[in-house]
Amino acid sequence: MQNILEIDGVSKSFSDIQANNDISLYLRRGQIHALLGENGAGKSTLVKIIYGIVKPDHGSMILNGKTYEPDTPEVARNAGIGMVFQHFSLFESLSVLDNIILGQKGNLKKDSVLERLNSLQNEYDLHIDVNKIVATLSAGEKQKVEIIRCLLQDPKIMILDEPTSVLNPSEVEKLFNFLRKLSKQGMAVLYISHKLQEIKELCDTSTILRNGKVVKSCDTEGVTINELAQLMVGRAIDNKIKLSRPKQEPVLDIKNISYTNPDIYGTSLKEIKFSVNFGEIFGIGGISGNGQTELMKVLSGEVGLKSGNQILYHNEDISSLDINKRREKEIVFVPEDRLGHGAVSSLSLTENLLLTNLWDNNFFSNGVIDINYADEKTREVIEKFNVQCNGAGSLASSLSGGNLQKFVVGREIIKMPKLVICEQPTWGVDVGSASLIHNFLIEISNLGSTILIISQDMDELRSICHRIAIISNGVLSKSYDADYITPEDIAIEMAK
Amino acid sequence: MFTLQKKETIDQSSLYTVPLIAIGCSLIFVFILFLLIGKNPVLAIFIIFIEPLLSVFGLSELIVKATPLIIIALGLSIGFRAGVWNIGAEGQFTIGALFGGASILAFYPTSGVWILPLSFFIAIIGGVLWGMIPAFFKARFNTNEILVSLMLTYVAILFLSGMVYGPLKNPDGFNFPESRLFHDSGTLPIIFPGTRAHIGFLVALLLAGLMYYLLKRHKFGYHVKVSGESTRALVFSGKSTNYMVYLSFIISGAFAGLAGVIEVSGPVGQLVPAIPVGYGFTAIIVAFLGRLNPLGIFFAGLLLALTYIGGEAAQIRLGLPNAITGVFQGVLLFSLLAAEAFTNYEVSLKKIRGNS
Repeated sequence: MQNILEIDGVSKSFSDIQANNDISLYLRRGQIHALLGENGAGKSTLVKIIYGIVKPDHGSMILNGKTYEPDTPEVARNAGIGMVFQHFSLFESLSVLDNIILGQKGNLKKDSVLERLNSLQNEYDLHIDVNKIVATLSAGEKQKVEIIRCLLQDPKIMILDEPTSVLNPSEVEKLFNFLRKLSKQGMAVLYISHKLQEIKELCDTSTILRNGKVVKSCDTEGVTINELAQLMVGRAIDNKIKLSRPKQEPVLDIKNISYTNPDIYGTSLKEIKFSVNFGEIFGIGGISGNGQTELMKVLSGEVGLKSGNQILYHNEDISSLDINKRREKEIVFVPEDRLGHGAVSSLSLTENLLLTNLWDNNFFSNGVIDINYADEKTREVIEKFNVQCNGAGSLASSLSGGNLQKFVVGREIIKMPKLVICEQPTWGVDVGSASLIHNFLIEISNLGSTILIISQDMDELRSICHRIAIISNGVLSKSYDADYITPEDIAIEMAK
Repeated sequence: MFTLQKKETIDQSSLYTVPLIAIGCSLIFVFILFLLIGKNPVLAIFIIFIEPLLSVFGLSELIVKATPLIIIALGLSIGFRAGVWNIGAEGQFTIGALFGGASILAFYPTSGVWILPLSFFIAIIGGVLWGMIPAFFKARFNTNEILVSLMLTYVAILFLSGMVYGPLKNPDGFNFPESRLFHDSGTLPIIFPGTRAHIGFLVALLLAGLMYYLLKRHKFGYHVKVSGESTRALVFSGKSTNYMVYLSFIISGAFAGLAGVIEVSGPVGQLVPAIPVGYGFTAIIVAFLGRLNPLGIFFAGLLLALTYIGGEAAQIRLGLPNAITGVFQGVLLFSLLAAEAFTNYEVSLKKIRGNS
């Protein structure tokens, strides 16, 4: 097999951050090559260089034996590089066919596109109704549309960025089979992920990045998952603190809540009921866009419920209370989006600390902010949760994703709350920070806090929860014991 | 093709450089304009921008014109920071003038120190009520507050005319569309004898200081900051977006209404149909030139006041039309927006590739 793409000593820095430092990578025909690394290791920058979005400061690339210096993604596409992004770039209100045609060069006749589409679909088992409106598709189907759009351009190399983050287990299996088929036919696949299990299962070769440098390039056969993890993180990962047994006494008891989403493309919640016991960590899994955000907002009080819906907290209905009234009852919330929801990028950490403490009179005297007190509390969070920053005055935007997440979670946990409701507490966070956050959650649950975690990461839920339920299309499944839920259970509940 | 890309980091010094660059560009523009119409540009700029600052009369007039601009702009800046666009301050100013003026007239010729504070209070109520109309429609029906507040300006101006031509007309005024001249208890005290400079300027100064403190240290200012950055974060902090809409309009309405009564009980001294002269619109420029910062607004208010006085001087001394004031203000706003765009965005040139 010969190299189709050779990357030689590529470096790129953004102001004072060296995102890529002398990276070399060789991609062969028919190879599924994993690009592995934590968030911020430099994976995205490297891919953007290959796809012509970012220009490298140093280094060269050779594609098919010729020097390759793409100025724009269009040049990259014409040279035979296809890219499937993690976030879909589809027009939600158009049909699948329209979306596919819009992605192609020049003026294409519908018929000729349909013809090629048919042969592609048969060849790769990518069946999808092309007349459907994209907004009605599941995430897995949307990804299919992206892949088809990419394949129609006859790429020689296909790059997939975290493709399984939106898929359920059975869809993942289908995607893997498809990728294996592609590689048999000689396509080179660059597969970006931080999920080690998948890489071990799918990829022939791995290139592991850390802090912008290649740590190792090796055959996936010869290494264990633990070795990969250590290479990626650079040290052994902390073991989890053990979970204690919760008491049989519900703290949060959701009787039967329904919520109609005013957004026509949003998900509505249908007759959701579950209860979380004292000291328990309860997980709600599911694929993104199945009602998680709506459930979070209903529980926090950011959107109101019609009367008749009951959220019982220690047997008291709190459904008519606003978010700060709920906070007064020692309930804390960590929303999914750090920036723009849980924190404001242009404000300092101290100001961001105030965001969830506006109800607390300790921070104010006659409405005037007690800066010293707020600074002191902020420094406590920074210290206790090991937030890397330049002090309480640093802007939220200056922190890395992992550090900001530690701050946003720490800001709530430090209050020793009775109930924690969090969504995606470790989303887009490096492995080290994620394990730290998990340990904090487990620690406070052992001290008597009750925790509800809404997350798409089933591994996260299985490792730290007592019980798990799956949300699909706004409907919540029955709850499973986290030790006994099987991948089949999850797949079935997700497909409901 | 040129493309604009948002810069990742913005230099903090832009807070000062952007307004200065904008003022510089505007001066260059009027310099060229004077050349083209055959006036000596150096002399013209001297007469408009320097000479008024050299006399007591010029300085006192500067204070008179700057007072309403500063007060209105302080109120507007709250909404502009929070992302609520009140373009109808001129209308709220007019209603404030009418309510305040009418309450002074109602007590003619009673004397008492309580008359002015009472009229201030009533004017503020008027401005707030007028501001609540677009706020209500925005909150209830999600109408565009820019359009509603702007349109209401014309309603307010006609309402003032209607009152001055009708019930508020001076009974001894030979049928001129003017109210009585306010009596002494309804007229603002003068700070420098012999000029028109009145204590309204001190009110403006006080409000700028108060606003600076509130924005920096008070919960209220915190909500304003968060609201301007992200409505989702605002809701997460426990305030609804409608709260911010109402709050913005209440404050800007109150400030504009107050400016209105200060204007009629100060330099004007009676109600006339021509009370609204565009301060409410110019205050928008003041607010942005001052970078929505209370202290910045104070200086920007003085500068824009200078363009009014300079425009009058240009009319008298150079025979130029009064429109020169509007031209300069327009160019200044334009330069300001451009300078801001170039500070926040990077321009890059990209070739357009033909489809193969």
